Amino acid sequence: MAQVERQQWDVVVVGAGGAGLRAAIEARERGARTAVVCKSLFGKAHTVMAEGGIAAAMGNVNAGDGWRVHFRDTMRGGKFLNQWRMAELHAQEAPDRVWELETWGALFDRTKDGRISQRNFGGHEYPRLAHVGDRTGLELIRTLQQKVVALQQEDHRETGDHESRLKVFQECTVTRILKDGGRVSGVFAYERETGRFFVLEAPAVVVATGGIGKSFKVTSNSWEYTGDGHALALLAGAPLLNMEFVQFHPTGMVWPPSVKGILVTESVRGDGGVLRNSEGKRFMFDYIPDVFKEKYAESEDEGDRWYEDPDRNRRPPELLPRDEVARAINAEVKAGRGSPHGGVFLDVSTRMPAEVIRRRLPSMYHQFKELADVDITAEAMEVGPTCHYVMGGIAVDSDTAAARGVPGLYAAGEVAGGMHGSNRLGGNSLSDLLVFGRRAGLYAAAYAAGLTARPVADDAQVDAAAAEALRPFSAEGQEPGRADGRPPENPYTLHQELQQTMNDLVGIIRRQPEMEKALEKLADLRVRARRAGVEGHRQFNPGWHLALDLRNMLLVSECVARAALERTESRGGHTREDHPAMDRAWRRVNLLCRLADPTGGLAATDPVRGQIDLERENTEPVRPDLLALFEKEELVKYLAEEELYE
Amino acid sequence: MATGTEPHPPRGGVRTGTRAAIAAPHLRTDRWWLTPAATAAGLLAFVVYSTWRAFANTDYYAAPYVSPFYSPCLAENCAPMRGGPNWEVFGAWWGLSPALLILIFPLGFRLTCYYYRKAYYRGFWASPPACAVAEPHAKYTGETRFPLVLQNVHRYFFYAALLVAGILTYDTVLAFRDETYAWGHMGLGTLVFLVNIVLIWAYTLSCHSCRHIVGGRLRHFSRHPVRYRMWGLVSRLNGRHALLAWASLVSVALADFYVYLLATGAFDDPRLF
Amino acid sequence: MSSYQARFEVWRGDAGGGGLEDFEVEVNDGEVVLDIVHRIQATQAPDLAVRWNCKAGKCGSCSAEVNGRPRLMCMTRMSVFGREETVTVTPLRAFPVVRDLVTDVGFNYAKAREVPAFVPPPGLGPGEYRMMQEDVDRPQEFRKCIECFLCQDTCHVVRDHEENKPAFAGPRFLMRVAELDMHPLDAAEEGGLDRKRTAQDEHGLGYCNITKCCTEVCPEGIRITDNALIPLKERAADRKYDPLVWLGSKIRRRPSP
Repeated sequence: MAQVERQQWDVVVVGAGGAGLRAAIEARERGARTAVVCKSLFGKAHTVMAEGGIAAAMGNVNAGDGWRVHFRDTMRGGKFLNQWRMAELHAQEAPDRVWELETWGALFDRTKDGRISQRNFGGHEYPRLAHVGDRTGLELIRTLQQKVVALQQEDHRETGDHESRLKVFQECTVTRILKDGGRVSGVFAYERETGRFFVLEAPAVVVATGGIGKSFKVTSNSWEYTGDGHALALLAGAPLLNMEFVQFHPTGMVWPPSVKGILVTESVRGDGGVLRNSEGKRFMFDYIPDVFKEKYAESEDEGDRWYEDPDRNRRPPELLPRDEVARAINAEVKAGRGSPHGGVFLDVSTRMPAEVIRRRLPSMYHQFKELADVDITAEAMEVGPTCHYVMGGIAVDSDTAAARGVPGLYAAGEVAGGMHGSNRLGGNSLSDLLVFGRRAGLYAAAYAAGLTARPVADDAQVDAAAAEALRPFSAEGQEPGRADGRPPENPYTLHQELQQTMNDLVGIIRRQPEMEKALEKLADLRVRARRAGVEGHRQFNPGWHLALDLRNMLLVSECVARAALERTESRGGHTREDHPAMDRAWRRVNLLCRLADPTGGLAATDPVRGQIDLERENTEPVRPDLLALFEKEELVKYLAEEELYE
Repeated sequence: MATGTEPHPPRGGVRTGTRAAIAAPHLRTDRWWLTPAATAAGLLAFVVYSTWRAFANTDYYAAPYVSPFYSPCLAENCAPMRGGPNWEVFGAWWGLSPALLILIFPLGFRLTCYYYRKAYYRGFWASPPACAVAEPHAKYTGETRFPLVLQNVHRYFFYAALLVAGILTYDTVLAFRDETYAWGHMGLGTLVFLVNIVLIWAYTLSCHSCRHIVGGRLRHFSRHPVRYRMWGLVSRLNGRHALLAWASLVSVALADFYVYLLATGAFDDPRLF
Repeated sequence: MSSYQARFEVWRGDAGGGGLEDFEVEVNDGEVVLDIVHRIQATQAPDLAVRWNCKAGKCGSCSAEVNGRPRLMCMTRMSVFGREETVTVTPLRAFPVVRDLVTDVGFNYAKAREVPAFVPPPGLGPGEYRMMQEDVDRPQEFRKCIECFLCQDTCHVVRDHEENKPAFAGPRFLMRVAELDMHPLDAAEEGGLDRKRTAQDEHGLGYCNITKCCTEVCPEGIRITDNALIPLKERAADRKYDPLVWLGSKIRRRPSP
């Protein structure tokens, strides 16, 4: 095997979105030499797509807000499946993380008295989302990016080299986490531009790669969301938690086809937009579930009054948690009351003056005008559910963000599981990135500093990783021993089939026979993926990149399908037509996915049995003082009898 | 890695060095040349007309109207204008057209104006002719050195333009007389002068330097509410600076031409009352 | 739904050379140029290199030149072209080409590092920042920038004159200087950093001849020239070309306005 360049760092962060950059900043500030590896250009991460805001109980708009209220909302939204300690830390630390952004130059929208303005959002009791129009994610990523540059300028003044202590390897992809025995020893990566392989040796690796949406056909996610971090952790021996919970955002664009799935921010509803079916009816009033009955308005009048007087009225049901709204839209369309292109109508044009719409929702205005020829100040938008977020992810320790079972591996952001339970509230993802990104960087740096000897990345692993990465180039012709004469598979075709499979068979509403069929289809795709061949050379070759990403998407899709088949109830982002009710007994159950082949190889796995083993474990009981924040009547709806009396 | 900065080749544009190998200086398929061509033609027409009129030193006064090219009239050789802007600060030694003395200021204002700079850099100097169309020059230093660094004096011409606009306002007031200097009358010329002075003021106040001076230079608008409001008004005008630049250019030429027609007797001013 | 076959010319090659390659490709209702490039990739040229991410005009990755004009491919609808028209797609022509539609945009990242960062005001802790909306409006407009670098690409100062690259930050990063200079709480000046002066002296503001191509190509509709570059030129003039202001500042040290 050719010599592969090796570099030594203290902490390697995989991913340069909100969580990755926050982790890198923290690790660098704690003295660790930190490298960030990201698939796109620096500053292009999927975080820029976040629109609504950062949830943090600062109480700037309504002084009644506080971390306990935020914690309660988060647990309710996640249907009590949240890793409660994460929800607690998240609610407590989010305000500090937002204020800290201001000291790095962020410019949020302001209240009249000059503090950070906060807006309403689905599932949040008070106006809580710090925002910048509808481009909050851009502000977040730019602020963190500029903070990284600020640190590099500092390093340049001291060492003469911008990248001496914090370096971004942009447009590079990590394909393997390397290990020394049980511990992390670095990462194997390739540079997209040249196809060159390199190894970053580091005792601590923070995975912050985001989500898995590109396994679904209709998604708001970008090409990067191929579940890389989930797969890397699995392959490194860490378990994934509750992968069945996938959030379908209720409002994605449905037309024209080329933009189907692109997000329409929840702020549209938070600022007064309403959902109507083809009969003009505000149908959400018919879909308020029992657990939320007391919290939401019963009439349109009350809902409308709430925007002006939130203390004496209840919020309109358009602001129910996302899972509820997505299911309702799905049901309306199925019942034949959908819009011409298979969605429902989301209308702000009759609710606000055109000028206010353009000021508060500038990018939505722009997006519909440019992409769909729709003027949202004059007509309604057509929207429908789109795959948006995965609540499941790498199982981590709540306080340290350390992945379970693999010393030196940390995870933060969407790729980490547990924080959001079965359903995430809007606005909680950006705060999640900051709170747990910082914690991951903090504990990764501390772990790296505490080691006496650096773990070693041996040549055998590096050679194996290089061979794996090069396989698509040698897949020309059929496999040895097979004589069916078929040409090598086209990775683009495989990807499209995978997306169609997941969308149709493991989508928003799930049924047992369909998921079983999905698992068979995934097994077939897995076999075919081994023959996925690419043309050309290694220099910036998207076909090759996709062929490598397929491994990750297939692994993660299998986790989603297996876990979804196993959980025989409906909860949050997991809806079973054959088990439509939430089952209190399932609240205590976490589903863990592990790689079936403990050596981490993929070749030996049986195509039918699959690559994933499922394991059930009991959730940790919620701490009594946190339980005491809820009314007994509410807890009865979620908790099993024995939990209530423990 | 795309963060690296390789040493730059010494010189060159889109067809050189490490850029994508494309022989064409541009690949635009629209009529990109139309705007710079029209701009150049329009400016050229004005330059020709105003040069002729400025050097002519005749036919610039027809009671009660004085051509804006000759106001204020600063030499002894000016036509006497009753109540009009005759200030003989230059005395008798000035033998050329008195327009040349005063036109320096509006000319300087427009020459250093941020809009006109764009217009003539594109239209006359082809630097660049249009966006993403290669410019023909081998070397470019912009406004970093003499003489173009002088463009930075725009604000002084703005102050001067305020004075000139004040005097032209005075001329417009004088236009509410008839040819016997009796007050309280209006003719078609009065209307021409009114439209012109409104456009002159709008153009002058929409100037980027003006926007900076009234409020743009502040860091905290919230501590200067009045200046903030003024800045808001100027900003709105400023959004139409290019349009106002053309409109006032045409109107000032028309006002002059109107006076010329009256002074040569080609036309009688229709009196309204 | 109506679809048709369109003629595309896509530049393919690398630093060693290349040229326009012809494709016949299907176009459907409502599609954008990036959709077509993806279709070419999926059906005819799997190794066609192109950058993209969000496909919604929010990340600024898919910058290219379409029929000679710098644009985001994801925001260029096919309906703006006639069905008979050949659509030409090339990489950005101001930067070194890497492969096909991908260019080395490292110039921009190097320039980003040359602009000194926001300086937090001493004495104000996190959570104590108070800023009025009217004061943040101006810098907020500039923070809409998605860093697609179309302005950097179209600006003739560097597009047509490679030799100016070391001295000129480009519209995007001059706008960044303006943003920081207009930030209501930036404390750079207290620390001895005069952003107005350095705009001219270190970031090459004087090279800008305000011909407004940056504003013309900005997909976010930021009025770069009118709201950032010209105000910055005026601020630089305050420092360097205005004797009255200079005299005033000599006579009494005024607090920042």
